[in-house]
Amino acid sequence: MREGPVVGAEEGPDEGARGVGAGTSGKAGGRDGGGKRPGGRRPRGTLAQQEARAGIGLLSPTLIVVLVMVVLPILWTIVIAFQELRLRNLRTRLFDFQFTLHNFETVLTAPGFLEALKVTLIYSILGTFLSIGLGLVAALVVRKPFKGRTFVRASMLLPYIAPVVAVTFVWQIMLNPELGIVNAIGADLLGWQDRIPFLEQRTGTISIFGFDLGVPLALIVVILYQAWRYFPFSFLFILARLQALPTELDEAARVDGATPLQRFWRITLPQLQGVIALLTVLRFIWTFNEFDDIFLLTQGGAGTEVVSVRVYRYLTGRGDIGAAAALSLVLALLLVVLLLVYFKFFVGRVEEADAV
Amino acid sequence: MSRTDVDTGVAERPEAPKAPARRPSRPRPPLSREIVETRILGVLKWIMIAFFLVATLFPFYYMLMLSVRAIEDLALDPGALWPPRGISFGAFGDVLRSVDDGGQGFLTFLRNSAGIALASVVLTLLVSILGSYAIARLQFFGRRQVNFLFLSVYLFPAILLAIPLFVFFTRVGLRGSLFGLVLVYASQIVPVTIHMLRNYFETVPESLEEAAAMDGAGRLTIIRKVSLPLAMPAIMATSLFVFMIAWNEFLFALLFLLEKRQNWTVSLGLSQLAGSIEVSKTTLMAGSVILTVPIIILFFATERLLVEGLTAGAEKG
Repeated sequence: MREGPVVGAEEGPDEGARGVGAGTSGKAGGRDGGGKRPGGRRPRGTLAQQEARAGIGLLSPTLIVVLVMVVLPILWTIVIAFQELRLRNLRTRLFDFQFTLHNFETVLTAPGFLEALKVTLIYSILGTFLSIGLGLVAALVVRKPFKGRTFVRASMLLPYIAPVVAVTFVWQIMLNPELGIVNAIGADLLGWQDRIPFLEQRTGTISIFGFDLGVPLALIVVILYQAWRYFPFSFLFILARLQALPTELDEAARVDGATPLQRFWRITLPQLQGVIALLTVLRFIWTFNEFDDIFLLTQGGAGTEVVSVRVYRYLTGRGDIGAAAALSLVLALLLVVLLLVYFKFFVGRVEEADAV
Repeated sequence: MSRTDVDTGVAERPEAPKAPARRPSRPRPPLSREIVETRILGVLKWIMIAFFLVATLFPFYYMLMLSVRAIEDLALDPGALWPPRGISFGAFGDVLRSVDDGGQGFLTFLRNSAGIALASVVLTLLVSILGSYAIARLQFFGRRQVNFLFLSVYLFPAILLAIPLFVFFTRVGLRGSLFGLVLVYASQIVPVTIHMLRNYFETVPESLEEAAAMDGAGRLTIIRKVSLPLAMPAIMATSLFVFMIAWNEFLFALLFLLEKRQNWTVSLGLSQLAGSIEVSKTTLMAGSVILTVPIIILFFATERLLVEGLTAGAEKG
């Protein structure tokens, strides 16, 4: 549910808006200038103060809601992570502030932690990559108008807007070994010998040129699911950007004899760099923190246990609230580190490339 | 600024006249790279459109089809694309009937989900209209910081937030209450809706508000009588967005409502159905249809509005 529109997208437009809609700032400037004149100062200063007061006043419900329900809980999680807090001693230990690192020791040395970390990384990186790639292709094919385009575009958004519980169940049944249509088609048309339990089997084998390769079957399936469910998000934003692109550059390149593919690689794609970089960050954050989809598809079984599912297990399965908090903090910190690395190495390069 | 129409070309616009190269009356030019690429890409495009249509629509069709099939029938012929032996709506009856009548009580869940979603819409809008107006219009200390604070909240996984809220709600006895859940939803969505509405308020010409202020209208009157009617499209889009999120939400419903069956949402009820062995797959799919159909109807009815509201500001990249 924490997915939303491109929130950071406004960096550019934001500045633009402030420049265009300079009514406010322009007025404010005039006000300050006028304020130096004796006599004119008091009432105008009061107006600005009034505005500031009104601003804080109107914003206060928002601030209260977000502070109480979001910011405080985050801070509280940090406290809990250092407490020996369990579901059964909640009444007595909640305000027992004897801090310990024990929770971190528990979660970091628990068997399967490194495996979960690895799975989370593979899942996030491939999931992000695939969903943006599919979104890009989808946006390119519906870029130009054709009959029925509105319907095609709306259909492409369905996986993203449909309830997660419903779509995961459809996938489960489609992939079911006995009742699912995928196995039925595989057996009837492709001559599969055995039924494949896509979501329950950790390792599958595929034969390529006589070699049997072991692949993490369930993990691949959840990554494909991730691409299917979230490509509409990238599609939506890449399409919006595509349709706002000026056509002159493309036309000029066409006149100069650039072929469609050349025009795509040299003209269109570079102009999409910004939105794709932004989508990469957002999709990575959301995939990294993803819980619902994997939990509903596999319950974290068959080699698909990501860190957030482990947090949930600590919280409800073992009732170990302290360990759950510690692990979720580890997850958040790791994400921050990864994002810093990304911004340091990739975004810098993109900007250099833009400048050239 | 950013309200440029996403759908610049309407689907029904007539096709541009064919390129001269295709006309039989002209002499055929040599097969240049340009023409080869254009033709191949032209074919590929339709293949991809077909692929996307099948990939996105088929699961929903499959859901609908299974929900009206008999379970024995499914076991016999799992590969059928059409219910071979007629359709029956028995599964829907099972799902919707109350528990006392041997059903799964989804009617109650539907009521809960609708109530939670509507309450979340109202609460979120109340809070975020005021907040976004303030951020868009008024100069005050900390305006930018507030914006940044809201966005940074989204770095944290939902499960991290869920832990202290779980502890808190358990302690004060709000766990299991629908009101607590509405509060959680609203607080989670407010940062996004503020962003959406703020973008819109910034496009409303300020001169209108100034005129109203000249006529002696107070701040709240201006918001109610001038800014709100003008921002109605954005407010509608935001409401739909909030409704969908609250209707679809799963994790918080699972954590907070699990022990109180009469308060379950459709999502939670459906996820709990899957756990029990005696519930057939067709019943499960009937439940999925019941969960999905309201959202799909809402979406197709308001698609344009919603897409524009979501991507406002994205065109500039």
